[in-house]
Amino acid sequence: MIRDATEIDIKTRGEFARDNYLSEHTVRSWLLTTDHKRIGLLYLGTILIFFLIASVAAALMRIELLTPQPKLVTSETYNKLFTIHGVLMVWFFLIPSIPTVLGNFVLPMMIGARDVAFPRLNLMSWYIFVAGGALALWSLIHGGVDTGWTFYTPYSTTYANSHVISMAAGVFVAGFSTIVTGMNFMVTTHKMRAPGLTWFRLPLFVWSLYATSLIMVLATPVLAITLALISVERFWGVGIFDPKLGGDPVLFQHLFWFYSHPAVYIMILPGMGVISELITCFSRKRIFGYAWVGCASMAIAILGFLVWGHHMFVSSQSVYAGMIFSILSFLVAVPSGIKVFNWTATLRKGAIHFATPMLYALGFIGLFTIGGLTGLFLAALAVDVHVHDTYFVIAHFHYIMVGGMVMAFMGGLHYWWPKISGRLYPEFAGKLAAMITFIGFNLTFFPQFILGYLGQPRRYHVYPPEFQIFHVLSTAGASILGIGYLMPLIYFIWAWRHGRVAGPNPWRATGLEWQTTSPPPKHNFKETPIVTAPPYMYSAEKDVDLNLASI
Amino acid sequence: MSISISPASEPFVGEQFDDIEQQRDAAKLGMWIFLATEVLFFGGLFLGYTIYRFTYGHVFVAASRKLDVLIGGTNTAVLLISSLLMAFAVRAAKLDQRRALVGLLAGTALLGCVFMSLKAVEYHKDYVDHLVPRMGFKWEGTDPGNAELFYWIYFAMTGLHAIHVTVGIAIMLVLALLAWLGKFAHGNHNAVEIAGLYWHFVDIVWVFLFPLLYLVGHR
Repeated sequence: MIRDATEIDIKTRGEFARDNYLSEHTVRSWLLTTDHKRIGLLYLGTILIFFLIASVAAALMRIELLTPQPKLVTSETYNKLFTIHGVLMVWFFLIPSIPTVLGNFVLPMMIGARDVAFPRLNLMSWYIFVAGGALALWSLIHGGVDTGWTFYTPYSTTYANSHVISMAAGVFVAGFSTIVTGMNFMVTTHKMRAPGLTWFRLPLFVWSLYATSLIMVLATPVLAITLALISVERFWGVGIFDPKLGGDPVLFQHLFWFYSHPAVYIMILPGMGVISELITCFSRKRIFGYAWVGCASMAIAILGFLVWGHHMFVSSQSVYAGMIFSILSFLVAVPSGIKVFNWTATLRKGAIHFATPMLYALGFIGLFTIGGLTGLFLAALAVDVHVHDTYFVIAHFHYIMVGGMVMAFMGGLHYWWPKISGRLYPEFAGKLAAMITFIGFNLTFFPQFILGYLGQPRRYHVYPPEFQIFHVLSTAGASILGIGYLMPLIYFIWAWRHGRVAGPNPWRATGLEWQTTSPPPKHNFKETPIVTAPPYMYSAEKDVDLNLASI
Repeated sequence: MSISISPASEPFVGEQFDDIEQQRDAAKLGMWIFLATEVLFFGGLFLGYTIYRFTYGHVFVAASRKLDVLIGGTNTAVLLISSLLMAFAVRAAKLDQRRALVGLLAGTALLGCVFMSLKAVEYHKDYVDHLVPRMGFKWEGTDPGNAELFYWIYFAMTGLHAIHVTVGIAIMLVLALLAWLGKFAHGNHNAVEIAGLYWHFVDIVWVFLFPLLYLVGHR
């Protein structure tokens, strides 16, 4: 076994493929590229800008919250800060994050294709995204929006004195890029698979992207029409949510959450897919219950469309509707639980390697479990009445969105970085950043569960002095979390030129994307691979060299 | 399908595809998925209509009676015939009949223009009759607010549909031009086929809008 691994090692290590997708260096070659790998990198750069802006907004809020009385910003500015943070993080970072960056980069390679089904549409989706982002920034520069990312009527349509229409237009436009990406991924998965790659031989990341695409395609248009309706209503002064005409503002909430709850699964399913890849690779073991994990992704996507009413338990919805939405929400815990149990079962008797991606993956499992279980509290009607609109809700969804999705995004970025750049990042710095992120995250958000349970409402910047200790802890945690995010940014940039050459398959992973050179050639494979076996054919080798020695 | 055998007249296959079949299947599936998103896009408005029709049934019936069934009905016929031409156009493209294809695509676009013209006449008539919300809206009957809501939904739904028809007309004109240049010869008819799907979809939306908006008040 050891001898074999060493032989592969000698053959593959130290090769940096000269003929790769990055060979051309002109600006034109980037702006007119139809290569899915380059488009993935274009997206990476763009969403990082939005992540940065939204993080600054969060940092300003956390600094303001250090004291019970307002010191740094006015109430109006604070409202605009949490709106910017929410809008940019949700629509311009989390939703595109894993699908458009990692999905774009590896999906065609994972299925043995030369590109996605519609490469030009793929590029177009990036331009649409940039246009939507520009509109959102335009709104921001002209004074921002104070409605919260949820745009609730009638405040957003009638009373708000901020730039609602341009912000809604930005999100509307960005929605089309999501739709195009989802459509492209679905067709690619259906029509572009390599010979022999049957549905139940697909990597689980592909399954999760497929489930995500289904939600993107079916939910996003509902958001689009809803945002169009509030913009027209605000502009025209009359519309279907207008109580003066007998219209119903709660209809807006129904339409909004019919999109936005499934959108929560757009923001976690791709992360789950990444985790499935990482857990099995770094345990050197086949995933436990492959079909269950794959089907759980589809179950979450479908059930996700039936639970939106749990956002409206206190919004005049009938108590019977509330009970049904409550039960349906509990049901989502079943496929989610299946995934967590199967990842854990995969670890059992595996040869676990604590590489950086694996640290993120293990962090994900813990944080996602906390986020998921507190979601059950919120799905329970009576408990939700107590904690509705408090920091408990904030903490819950940050455990899913940040503790789940962002951890998975970071894990996936580290895992595929050698494929993307052809080079390894410094392993020790990677491990350190992963642990700092984990500690900083928990310190930021765990106190918020307590705050919320004690009754601190969300979106307030004035609070009773006895809550101050929790806010101080949270702000301290956020500072640590910030360091955890900055470190990878620095060493990735460093490693782009100076990292140790990775070779085609530094993790000795089984996926098709590792069967080609690093960085991959323009059309991914010299010849179309033929698949003859299920995925994840790992054997629990203890001594296999995964290139984890620090530089 | 294509009679020509010279290598220059092979169908164009994108470099990401293995063969023309794969390319055609992918394009068709992509269009169907896009149409699914369109159904949900219109779905928000259909939901709004349904809820208020249920809540304010009598006012909606009374308000619906003021719409011009004759223009609406004529427009229904115009769109249905245009869809027939479109279906023939797809057939002409598959059979490599260039002249017929150009004519049928232009005919489809022309009927789309007829639809839009009639719609413009109708909108103007609505304006003169004080049926446009916020622009001199007047209602003699009971519950003027609810009646205004009906007309708001009417303009939103038919307006959104009109945008789709306009986009469709532009697509048909571009396709007619490309067909005239012979771009769809030799099995390259994919674009015509998926544009046809889009046009039929726009037609079908109207088939739902017409009874909901124009006929609910008539026996």
